[in-house]
Amino acid sequence: MTSDHATSMTGDHAVDIDRHVRVYITVFVALMVLTIVTVAVSRFHLPVPIAVTVALLVAIIKGSLVACYFMHLISEKKLIYAVLALTAFFFVALLALPIVTVSDGYWIH
Amino acid sequence: MSDPTAVTPKSHVAHEIHHEELGFWRKYVFSTDHKVIGIQYAVTGLLFLLFGFSLMMLMRWQLAYPGAALPLIGQLLGEARMPGGTMLPEFYNELGAMHGTIMVFLGVVPLAVGGFGNFVLPLQIGAPDMAFPKINMVSYWCLFLGGITMLGSFLVPGGAAQSGWTSYAPLSVIAGTGQTWWLIGMIFLITSSLLGALNFITTTIQLRAKGLTFMRFPFFCWAQFVTAFLLLLAFPPLEAAGVMQLMDRVAGTSFFLPSGLVVSGQALTNAGGGNPLLWQHLFWFLAHPEVYVLILPAFGIVAEIIANNTRKPLWGYRSMVYSLVFLGFMSFIVWAHHMFMTGMGTAMAAFFQTTTMIISIPSVVILTALIISLWGGSIRFNTPMLFATAFLPMFGIGGLTGLPLGLNIADIPLHDTYYVIAHFHYVVAPGTIFGLMAGIYYWYPKATGRKMNETLGKIHFWGTFICMNVVFMPMFIIGMAGVSRRLFDAGTAYNFAQPTMHWNAVSSWGAWTMALFQIPFIVNFFWSIRNGATVGENPWQATTIEWSAPSPPPHGNFHGSPEAYRGPYEYSVPGAATDFVPQYEA
Amino acid sequence: MDIPYTVEVRRDTGLTNGKIGIWLFLASEVMLFGALFASYILIRTGAPSWPRGDTILDVPLATFNTIVLISSSVTMVMAWASLMRRRFGTYRIYMGATILLGLVFLVVKYFEYGHHLRLGEFPSSNNFLAIYFTLTGLHMLHVFGGMVVNAYFWGPGAKLWKTNPVWFTNRVEHSGLFWHFVDLVWIFLFPTLYLL
Repeated sequence: MTSDHATSMTGDHAVDIDRHVRVYITVFVALMVLTIVTVAVSRFHLPVPIAVTVALLVAIIKGSLVACYFMHLISEKKLIYAVLALTAFFFVALLALPIVTVSDGYWIH
Repeated sequence: MSDPTAVTPKSHVAHEIHHEELGFWRKYVFSTDHKVIGIQYAVTGLLFLLFGFSLMMLMRWQLAYPGAALPLIGQLLGEARMPGGTMLPEFYNELGAMHGTIMVFLGVVPLAVGGFGNFVLPLQIGAPDMAFPKINMVSYWCLFLGGITMLGSFLVPGGAAQSGWTSYAPLSVIAGTGQTWWLIGMIFLITSSLLGALNFITTTIQLRAKGLTFMRFPFFCWAQFVTAFLLLLAFPPLEAAGVMQLMDRVAGTSFFLPSGLVVSGQALTNAGGGNPLLWQHLFWFLAHPEVYVLILPAFGIVAEIIANNTRKPLWGYRSMVYSLVFLGFMSFIVWAHHMFMTGMGTAMAAFFQTTTMIISIPSVVILTALIISLWGGSIRFNTPMLFATAFLPMFGIGGLTGLPLGLNIADIPLHDTYYVIAHFHYVVAPGTIFGLMAGIYYWYPKATGRKMNETLGKIHFWGTFICMNVVFMPMFIIGMAGVSRRLFDAGTAYNFAQPTMHWNAVSSWGAWTMALFQIPFIVNFFWSIRNGATVGENPWQATTIEWSAPSPPPHGNFHGSPEAYRGPYEYSVPGAATDFVPQYEA
Repeated sequence: MDIPYTVEVRRDTGLTNGKIGIWLFLASEVMLFGALFASYILIRTGAPSWPRGDTILDVPLATFNTIVLISSSVTMVMAWASLMRRRFGTYRIYMGATILLGLVFLVVKYFEYGHHLRLGEFPSSNNFLAIYFTLTGLHMLHVFGGMVVNAYFWGPGAKLWKTNPVWFTNRVEHSGLFWHFVDLVWIFLFPTLYLL
């Protein structure tokens, strides 16, 4: 989706953009539906672990749609994928390790 | 110093740069030229190193002669801090917290990354400037604002931050106004580093010269590249933590305040339910990678200088590069070795102990490769090389003494003692700072067109080298005797501390003597600007691309676009006419 | 002096400097919000009890805001697509819509916050509110920052379209990436705080 030369407008032709626009509208509708789904499910007041799992799953799907299609990640270059993969690893470590560390040893007290 | 931003007559004719002469402010103050910004960072860093050092020299009086009045200076510092010339505990804590903060965030990082990274990196990769010159300028001014904030914090009621450079909750949350300023200052500094990091990464990937593949990079470039990733991804959690601590202090939240906290007999009225350990996790998530931010640029500088002054390629370049990358990666998952004493269970202690032991391997690989690089070299012991060579055993001591700290059982008697202080000072002071000194002597000719004086340099080196050991070696002894760090009275109140108390005076005299030995350096630095021996492009007969630019380089750096034709350390190539074949020569 | 690959891509990476720069910045933002989410996890699991989001917060209002933000993400990408189709006028409309929707989001949050504060529900009241205000507050600052940048590209910055349309398009794309990221954070924030 990035332009390839300095002087021409874009590497994509108008047809390509049309195709992309159709994708954007589709994704928009999907996001709306999923928003309604996640709010509706929350009304059932499911037990917390299940509620969290469902909410997280829906959020991940919505997030992936935004990332892949609005942010064009689905057709990005390897370098960007590499940076994001690295970030994802550290993100998971940051989310997981503190809580595991604080819980571990809890039983010793 | 001649103007680094003067336009070269032949540069970039393809696009007409209408370089109307920039006014004084745009050329020297709000410059977007990486060389000017690099010098701004370097000078700022050096000034703060001096200031941070001065704070410590004050502390060393109290440590050597606890409770004694400090002649002259004691009076100058006023009754609020030094009544009758004797130091108050609060002042001692202020000095301690700010010494650490300033040395790490306002001294070493700005000099090592902002200074050396900015000045040398684009030159070494053959680029005309950084990828984002305006963001580069903004990053310096963020640092400047952060520095002003930190300095300003000394003047607020209650003084500057006093809760250690680590600002542990809940003490930091209930501390005086200075801590709020510290937090705000940190936000500026973190922003500066984040902006700088994304600039360095983009520049290294995109603006390297034709033919300069990653495995032909000078090791210095690799070091700055990995460092930038550490800054980019590790700093934000501290920024978040800083915001939360600000919320606790200013908005009355209880992120880090546990329930039922009683201060001076009064129960706190906050909601409670917070977790002091949360602060520790977020702080150390940054602060561990931060220590690698402190050492990696020094590794890079030392590598360059060793290759150049042994007239040999670096031994094990490939393994050094892989180690560097692996080290950077591992640095994100070792942090809780700073928290072994917080009550974590054996499983997580084992996890962090293991990752910590693993991370020592790449460090050892890099150090060993640098040592082996000396073997069979035709060594020139100029001042940069003296500092670079001394770095090796000093960092060796620092690194090896870290091992017991990384093992959770061995850490039990050593945690928070002077042993820790000795360990980390060995890596940062005769470690990193020696690397930075080496770098200053080495690249000064490129930046100014003149060499620094060798005699003054050697006096600076030998005095500093001896004094560093006099200051820090005794601290291992004191620490192993069990004396805690951050003790205002150096352990006077404890029986077990008495046998080793006398070492404090030794360290103090070492520190004050070391201060004297910085005078030749400061004099040399300024004197040589006008009076040093003038040099051409390549006074060290070096092989890397920065040595093909004029000294100092003009705006745009090179006449035309450099190209890399070979690896970075083609020294003593058999059959070559000279003992070095530059990377940039066809 | 011209910095290479500002507008044209570098062949071996296939990227412009700005594209790499914005993604690196977003990576750091992932870590920033990640730290706050990690804090949320630690605080919530350490709390003896934790209110369900809908007992304190206004779910219908936040759902509306979610729809607003997602819509603004669509208008943002459409703004960029318009530039790719060389339709500057249409770009202006879509970008304007994005800014307006951002403004709606902020106004709703203003009312939301105001309501809580009037009820005496402060960040200091309990940890749920503390993390709620901090997370949404920081997010709000990012919405505001994105709006400022977008407003620049709608207004004074749009001059660049005439002199360097490719560069302008790229810059709008990068601004869009930031805006989508802000939307992405909200997609996770909303269920975490309001629905769980």
